[in-house]
Amino acid sequence: MTTKLIGEKVPRVEDERLLRGQGQYADDLMPGALETAVLRSPHAHARIVDIDVSGVLDVAGIHAVYTYDDLTGPMAEPLPLLIPHPTLTHGRTQYALAKETVRYVGEAIAFVVAEDRYLAEDAVSRIEVAYEVLPPVVGIDAARAAEHLVHDDVPGNLAARMEQRVGDAESAIAAAPHRLGLDLHVERSAAMPMEGRAVVARWDTDAHRLQVWTSTQTSTGVRAAVAAKLGLDLAQVDVMTPDVGGGFGVKIVHPWPEELLVPLAARALGRPVRFTEDRREHFISSAHERGQDQHVEVGFDDDGRVLGLAVRFWHDNGAYTPYGLIVPIITSTQLLGPYKPGAYSVVFDSLYTNTVIVTPYRGAGRPQGVYAMERTMDAIAKHLGKDRAEVRAVNFIQPDEFPYDHGLIFQDGRPLIYDSGDYPGLLAKLKRLIDWDDFETFRAACAAEGRRVGIGLACYVEGTGVGPYEGAHIGVETSGKVKVAIGLTSQGQGHQTALAQIVADELGVRFEDVEVVAGDTRRMPYAVGTFASRAAVMSGSAVALTARMVRAKALRLAAEALEADVDDLEIVDGVVRVKGSPSSRIELGTVAVLSNPLRYAFDEASQAATQFTVGDPGKPPVAEDDEPGLEGRDFYSPERSTFAAGMHAAVIEIDEDTCEITILRYAVVHDCGTLINPMIVEGQIHGGVAQGVGGALYERMEYDESGQLLNASFMDFLMPYVTEVPDGIELDHLETPSPLNPHGIKGAGEAGVIPAAALFAAAIEDAERIPIRSMPISPSELFELRRRHTDPTTSEEPPR
Amino acid sequence: MKPAPFAFARPESLAEALGLLAESRRGSNAKVLAGGQSLLPLLSMRLAAPEVLIDINALPGLDRIEADEHGVRIGALVRHSDLLVHAGAARVQPLLSRALRLVAHPTIRNRGTTLGSIVHADPAAEIPMVLRLLGGSVRVVSLAGPVEDGRSSPREIEREIGAAELFDGPMTSTVRADELALSAWFPALPAGSGVAIDEVARRHGDYALCGVAAAVSVRQDGTVATARAGYLSVCEVPTVVELDEPLVGVRLDEATADRALAAAGELALTRLDPADDIHATADYRAQLARTLTARVLRAAYDDAIDRTPERTR
Amino acid sequence: MTSPRSRLALRLSVNGTAYDVEVEARRLLSDVLRHDLRLTGTHVGCEHGVCGACTVLLDGRPARACLLLAASAQGAEITTVEGLANADGSLGPVQRAFKECHGLQCGFCTPGFLTTIAAGLRENPNPTREEAKEMVSGNLCRCTGYQNIVASVLRAAELGMTEPGPEPGTGPGPEPGAGA
Repeated sequence: MTTKLIGEKVPRVEDERLLRGQGQYADDLMPGALETAVLRSPHAHARIVDIDVSGVLDVAGIHAVYTYDDLTGPMAEPLPLLIPHPTLTHGRTQYALAKETVRYVGEAIAFVVAEDRYLAEDAVSRIEVAYEVLPPVVGIDAARAAEHLVHDDVPGNLAARMEQRVGDAESAIAAAPHRLGLDLHVERSAAMPMEGRAVVARWDTDAHRLQVWTSTQTSTGVRAAVAAKLGLDLAQVDVMTPDVGGGFGVKIVHPWPEELLVPLAARALGRPVRFTEDRREHFISSAHERGQDQHVEVGFDDDGRVLGLAVRFWHDNGAYTPYGLIVPIITSTQLLGPYKPGAYSVVFDSLYTNTVIVTPYRGAGRPQGVYAMERTMDAIAKHLGKDRAEVRAVNFIQPDEFPYDHGLIFQDGRPLIYDSGDYPGLLAKLKRLIDWDDFETFRAACAAEGRRVGIGLACYVEGTGVGPYEGAHIGVETSGKVKVAIGLTSQGQGHQTALAQIVADELGVRFEDVEVVAGDTRRMPYAVGTFASRAAVMSGSAVALTARMVRAKALRLAAEALEADVDDLEIVDGVVRVKGSPSSRIELGTVAVLSNPLRYAFDEASQAATQFTVGDPGKPPVAEDDEPGLEGRDFYSPERSTFAAGMHAAVIEIDEDTCEITILRYAVVHDCGTLINPMIVEGQIHGGVAQGVGGALYERMEYDESGQLLNASFMDFLMPYVTEVPDGIELDHLETPSPLNPHGIKGAGEAGVIPAAALFAAAIEDAERIPIRSMPISPSELFELRRRHTDPTTSEEPPR
Repeated sequence: MKPAPFAFARPESLAEALGLLAESRRGSNAKVLAGGQSLLPLLSMRLAAPEVLIDINALPGLDRIEADEHGVRIGALVRHSDLLVHAGAARVQPLLSRALRLVAHPTIRNRGTTLGSIVHADPAAEIPMVLRLLGGSVRVVSLAGPVEDGRSSPREIEREIGAAELFDGPMTSTVRADELALSAWFPALPAGSGVAIDEVARRHGDYALCGVAAAVSVRQDGTVATARAGYLSVCEVPTVVELDEPLVGVRLDEATADRALAAAGELALTRLDPADDIHATADYRAQLARTLTARVLRAAYDDAIDRTPERTR
Repeated sequence: MTSPRSRLALRLSVNGTAYDVEVEARRLLSDVLRHDLRLTGTHVGCEHGVCGACTVLLDGRPARACLLLAASAQGAEITTVEGLANADGSLGPVQRAFKECHGLQCGFCTPGFLTTIAAGLRENPNPTREEAKEMVSGNLCRCTGYQNIVASVLRAAELGMTEPGPEPGTGPGPEPGAGA
């Protein structure tokens, strides 16, 4: 057997190109393409009275200007509502270019195609629009009050109300020995990849085909949307995903207006056309996430065991709901984490506001759910005077209880059943890693020096690898090189490396001979996309199954050629050989030759494959249930999601005078099942933790009451630099393989970010002895909170 | 985010540059480009749209740093990073390098000019406040009289603007549109004095929520002779507050100084006007001003004592 | 006297090659490098000087290409990520260190880190961990959480001890008429 690669820290095959500056991102492609700019609404809510483009049309270098009136057929219809849901009774989506009304600052109104972006921006500034400004709805309170409506035909600004319950939570709470209520808030943040959205398209006038390269998390989705909207056959549209400069969720949304307008213009003008979003546009015209108000009622016993949990929350979905209710559904179901409350009820309202749309950002509703649950656990511990880790432990689902059925319906419409896990094991590792039991000694030592420190922990379970399916195509060329195509896309997670490791192991070939292509609809037209930490689970399993299929065919052909029994064969380093008789061998490339009887010869390999030199002349050259070629295509479609888990702990210090928060230690224990490439997994966790720190302590979207985003720049939206993240992350893994897929993989993409808001709230609360109910928190807010808390006329938590 | 169109000139002599600037008297809306680290974002966001941009980077002789016992003079093309590592400047006026270390990030300091930062007059920037605290000045030059057609060479007139008269309001200096800032001068640190600067920013390298620098002189007996502090981000222009009253005669290395330092902070706040913004409340900024006042006064005091070890301790 | 012009003929020296271009005066160096010279390794992440993805070396010192007019870069030797490989074409020490330490994920911010670190290590070939952090403190990365980038700086310093990379800004001067 070849040296096993699954589980090894294999250096990435992607790196060499990227390190030389030879990456190919959408804006790097197609030199000479026309460039575009978008006129965006300066108002959060307004009726468009008139658009005058006359000042632009005859300007040199301007090729076209589009407004809603120029759109016809399906392009004049609203953009698709991608994921409908029965409870989404009032789903609304925007138009590619605004029709009559704009509902957030940044909504696209006109689209200019020019020689370059400079001229396009000049033209945008010359378009005159008359607006009738309407009262905006900004923030959850205003949405609930519904004094004004975002959509005239959506009463109460209510897109959806959804309810799930297991048991009778209200009665269980009423009967419980102890009860608490918490009001919680989480502010908006955003995925904010370093590369914004970008799309370039070329209409091939000879072949009548459209080629689109787009910085997306789903090329197949974009392809279907473009074909439908432009009235093309699916077979006329190819969508390729070039290098993508980060996604973190925002690029799963599709089609963006520009993803349709660019192909539309390319086809109309017969020239390649490009849109590259700038940073300000990314802030006001892509997507945000996280904003929720929550109310938790909990009843528990003397040990802190949760007997009943009732959660009511209000989710700000922005101006439209193109991605349905995925985020709040995830919050409502993943809130339970590793715990098994006696009874649970959850009701949420998804509310319209005159702000940028809300769609999944790494974690996708889980951070909010974990925040609600973990704040509750901490409140229970405080109420009972118990250790916070102990209270969690008494509520854990135990290792012998898997598969564990929560009795709820998950985001994929399937039962919420955890596949496997060991939560007590994770907690034990975390406590050791962070020296949980020694913290009071440390706290006392710090206090003696006048230093204020705190510790927190937070636990989560993450549904990963949701269906419906992913596939792979694997072909062995006559050179012995193995070409793998997967349908979902890559945004820096190292899929080309990790999946090649699986293929190399499964097929028995050299890692260097495997090349993985992702997100090219020409190579794999059936796929879903990269989200929900699903790539390793879904595509990893698909390549494993496909590699097994190809291996089986290779062995069958080789057995014939070597006159051996299939069971006696092995494949090592790309050579099929008889076990124990290494001289009896045939290269996989030669097997590929044998698999394809040819009429014509081009080279030595094809000469060997002409129908005149191989095969039994008495039988058809290709057997009845066979196909030419050493290749295969297979799909992995799981019954339900896998569930990864993890626990984080942090030690922080807070300045007595300035309230500045310093992270002294950060520890992670993580269980994503089988690790394919620990180096990549750890990198994913590092990045997630940094985003978590950002979301907990630095980042937020600052809307004013008129709906203007006040911090739409990297100057004022405070993404962490190296100086803001922990100096070192202490990391440990636990591997409880998933029983649901061939390699027991669970997925790791989002894990790092999920518990951070809950974690820092806990650590700050521990240091300050003040209830923390709103995140993120800045030093200024902490200062104000301290003042309010020492002011005897106010009280944060009325005794119940 | 691309600049609106403008015309560009890169004069190679001062006379040429001043001639171009003098055009602005006829309303041509020209801007001087030196480091451009503040100007370029404004251009790209189209928050500024000059008709003419005059790039002075090819002008000779403006990249000099001269440090002598009286002070440090820097030319208009001296980059923050050059001044930061200039040993002579650090010796003559140690506050310069300490403040420059807080200016943005190293890459921005490589290109950004110290004088450009002063003339930009951002009330959140370190160097304008340092100039104001130290009582430095800026030398500007312009062409006298109406712009001629080139037959007679117009006279150059220089004037020296003291820091106290330099800052007119947020992002506004008293340098006229037809004037070119040639150099800035920072007085040397007097004997028996010490300086310090500290700030609190949301992220390392960001504009500070509040920053304070202090200059303290001490007497033979180790008590404070004079004390003043400069403030950024808590007032519309860089503001200096004389803090002699609560501090003269006090030894700041003793615990009993706490009360005097607190009084200094309160006194300073009577002259400051912290405001709310998206990053901090006015009260929090006031708290930072109090805290940092005490911290930098102590540090400046320690610095003064360290510089005169034979006299005290 | 030079009169202000809105279109300019420029000669830029990039990675030791001279390029002649005619561009609008307002054109940013980042756009000229990427779209006119087709050196697309320099990336644009914010266009207001905060993220550092577009960092190039100007006479060997890191500078934001989005905060420079191309016109202002005349006369300077510009080094981009494409100029960081060793003379024999192999990866330079900083590039190798990033690969070894998994210092990159999506790769978009990476060129700005590589140029910044290449210059930083020439100034300070043996940085402490704190100095390594300071070196990259003005560059944003959304993928890596910086952990492996700091490790890469320290590893590059080790590698640089044995195999110094090219000397950005000290390479051959511009050759008249060469390039685009």
